[in-house]
Amino acid sequence: MIAPLTSLDRPNSYIGRSVPRPNAKRLLAGRGRYISDLKLPRMLHAAFLRSPHAHAKIAAINADEARALEGVHLVATGEDLAKICMPWTGTLDHFRGMTSAPQLPLPVDRVVWTGQAVVAVVAESRAIAEDALELIEVDYEDLPLVVDIDGAREVGGPVINSGSANNTCFHAQLDSGTVDVAFASAAHVVEEEFTFGRHTAVTLEPRAIVADYDPAAGTLTVHHATQTPYQFQDLYSRHYGIPEARVRVIATDIGGSFGMKLHVYHEDMAVVGLSILLGRPVKYVADRIESFVSDIHARDHRVHARMALDAKGEILAMDVLDLTAIGAFSTYPRTSVVEGNQVIRLIGAPYRFKNYRATLEVIFQNKVQTSQYRAVGHPIACAVAERLVDIAAAKLGLDPFAIRAQNVIADDAYPQTSPTGYRFEALSHQACLKRLHDIMDYDGLRAEQADLRKRGIYRGIGIATFVEITNPSPAFYGVGGARISSQDGAILSLTPSGEVRCLISVTEQGQGTEAIISQIVADQLGLAQEHVKVITGDTEVTPHGGATWACRGAGIGGETALQATRALKRNILEIAALILQEQSSALDIIDGHVVDAATRNQRMPVAEIARIAYFRSDTLPPGTQAQLTVSHHFAPQGYPFAFTNGIQGCSLEIDVETGFIRVLKHFIVEDCGRVINPMLVDEQLRGGIVQGLGAALFEECRYSDTGQLMNGSLADYLVPMPMEMPDIVIAHVETPTADTVLGAKGVGEAGTAAASACVLNAVNDALAPFDATINSVPITPTKVLKALKRF
Amino acid sequence: MNHSDETLLDDADETVRVRLVVNGRKVACEVAPRETLVDCLRNSLELTGTHAGCEMGACGACLVQLDGRAVHSCLMFAVQADGAAINTIEGLSDSGLIADLQAEFHRRNALQCGFCTPGMLINAHELLSQVAQPSREEIRDALSGNYCRCTGYEAIVDAIDAVAKARSAGGGAT
Repeated sequence: MIAPLTSLDRPNSYIGRSVPRPNAKRLLAGRGRYISDLKLPRMLHAAFLRSPHAHAKIAAINADEARALEGVHLVATGEDLAKICMPWTGTLDHFRGMTSAPQLPLPVDRVVWTGQAVVAVVAESRAIAEDALELIEVDYEDLPLVVDIDGAREVGGPVINSGSANNTCFHAQLDSGTVDVAFASAAHVVEEEFTFGRHTAVTLEPRAIVADYDPAAGTLTVHHATQTPYQFQDLYSRHYGIPEARVRVIATDIGGSFGMKLHVYHEDMAVVGLSILLGRPVKYVADRIESFVSDIHARDHRVHARMALDAKGEILAMDVLDLTAIGAFSTYPRTSVVEGNQVIRLIGAPYRFKNYRATLEVIFQNKVQTSQYRAVGHPIACAVAERLVDIAAAKLGLDPFAIRAQNVIADDAYPQTSPTGYRFEALSHQACLKRLHDIMDYDGLRAEQADLRKRGIYRGIGIATFVEITNPSPAFYGVGGARISSQDGAILSLTPSGEVRCLISVTEQGQGTEAIISQIVADQLGLAQEHVKVITGDTEVTPHGGATWACRGAGIGGETALQATRALKRNILEIAALILQEQSSALDIIDGHVVDAATRNQRMPVAEIARIAYFRSDTLPPGTQAQLTVSHHFAPQGYPFAFTNGIQGCSLEIDVETGFIRVLKHFIVEDCGRVINPMLVDEQLRGGIVQGLGAALFEECRYSDTGQLMNGSLADYLVPMPMEMPDIVIAHVETPTADTVLGAKGVGEAGTAAASACVLNAVNDALAPFDATINSVPITPTKVLKALKRF
Repeated sequence: MNHSDETLLDDADETVRVRLVVNGRKVACEVAPRETLVDCLRNSLELTGTHAGCEMGACGACLVQLDGRAVHSCLMFAVQADGAAINTIEGLSDSGLIADLQAEFHRRNALQCGFCTPGMLINAHELLSQVAQPSREEIRDALSGNYCRCTGYEAIVDAIDAVAKARSAGGGAT
């Protein structure tokens, strides 16, 4: 039987097709061009002396011997860089009352976390620079320190944020509905306190930067392993007083980022300053220990939450307190309160209750900063709500699917506004729940679980439904006064040979930006995909834009490319109409040929139009100026965010003797709107889930009481490896957004969003026969054994 | 500066001439005794396809073939490799020996940022040269020293599995 024709059977139909990534062949041949690979003429290397103390006064620095070492070109302290760099402060205007001390590349008088860079050495090789570090003496005077959340909140305790009365960075309160009344009238109240450990991104390529200041030209070129080159162009320009157009940031291949590579790091700012001081290129690549102590961490929340339900299991209200410790400063320019803010605004987002109260307290401590990392706040919001729903289900004798089916916002009830003010255009919780039930073979899993339990094998099944924030509009950072763009730009040119070059501001970190943009351009223009070349990641070449964060590549970058391509197509067809003496509306482009729109008969190759326009414009009618390069910008309008949704399921087994957990299979049903490349979407989901499973089961940055990071290597900070990870079953529901022509929403964080919640529910399900519960992530074997009272 | 520091720095300054056959070509490098093989490959020989990820043998990004076996080039000093034959991702790629693996990785998007990929390919190549038809469990086990933050591993396992089957069937991978 021949399947019916679909839109994918049309020529050049690439939207919705699983085509491989054009740039992947280069990476597979070992021809990646990562910043850590870069070598420039006269390039020097930087290394940093780091603080061994979590909180100390810098009394004196003696670097004479280091300066005298052969091969050392510069030893710079905080004072040296403070003379040329404007300090920065990690606050946003719309987070009212938020505080954070001004930051400089290197501290001038005080260190505030273990691992903070204190002195920079620039030398002819990294090895010489490191030799020189050993010759530097810093006299520290210990200061009282705060490490944990409770210590930081103690009245009269040490204060980190100088000039402040306490360690509070930010405090917020949400209150809608009549929460107290709802709790008073509830048939059931469930309550729990949760803790979420600190994780970090552990990108396989650590942070890398080569700054190249040319004093003769007054230009700064920074090769930077970042997601957001335009943001850094702006920051380097403003903080070092170099005109923006003379600052160029180039981000070529990036070895993983996950949100970690869009924050301002002290060393990166320092390296730019060192290059300015020396007038030579300076390279810095963090090593793995440096990554652990100086990359941003994320999470670190303690959440107390209550949920009220009626006798039938209808959710009536939630009351939440989120305490989150963010380190000694708030990061710049996005701040460290966004995660907590998203936690309190996302909790319970899939459900239709109206009474909600939440308090957020963001607290300083003597640790490295926490900030935005893949699925900002989502895993915490999701785990808190989904765990309480499961606890309630158990109390009421309801199945986890049944209680969710009863409470999720109905698929036909949109648009909806959450009690926290989020506006949902259209979500598909009911459809996703139903799909998940099918693809898990839920009833089969439950039967198997019951059978095995009789034989002393303890399996758990967990589900977790989620809402994901994607495609943020200017309402996100713009209103807070941060110069972070929510729009993107594209420049499209038809080459003389009839191919297309697309310069676009969304960047590529392996998620497939180049692939999907070339799919969209080829699809909309009617060309073969191999005739589209996409160029990203160079502020001198590509137009200004937000680039890649918060899952905006497809939804915003893709729409930008689509609209730009339609503009170019109009221009091409206008020239074709002049040549063919035809109305442009009667023409179309298929397979690189201008055709009659009605009959699809070929009239002339697009390449011939390009040849005439570029080389024989004398043959065009007088006054014709062919515009075969178009530039186009697009900023989201309509809904402030394109919210997506989905649901995950997990089947795992616990060895109750050892506490070891084996994830047997993981499932996800996801709705990211229009799917541009199903294979790439699936790979984003798989990667995201595994990152979430790492957080759920293994990963935690652990500090001693004196603020020392105790696990700063890949031997003692466990990340998911192939052997521990399950196969992942994926299904899709497609609810395109009506805010754009393309209809795509984001998908990069969906996998991470609900994995912790799902595993937490599955583990508690497995432990149910023992009357043991766990409310803390990561779920280590020790915690399992403690819950079982066997440790 | 005390005496021991001076000695340390003098030792560090000394270089040693190391001779290698890299990707089938004889090369000689002047290396410091403390220089690792991965640094020598990347810096002196400009073979940047080999990556340094953790510098302690945990992540597998630095795997190269040394005298026919996959080794961590971050756990070895360059001087220890004197006289050895080394194949890096560049050489294996140019030789066509892993073309079917590369094609299958490409077709299945078994890579994202690509930083772990050279090490993954070298490990997969080694596995398939020793076990013709590994099970999925054996593939995951063989890769258990290769860290990938992007893919979730499944596509990588799928790609290696497909190549193993295709090679056993006598043809190339699809």
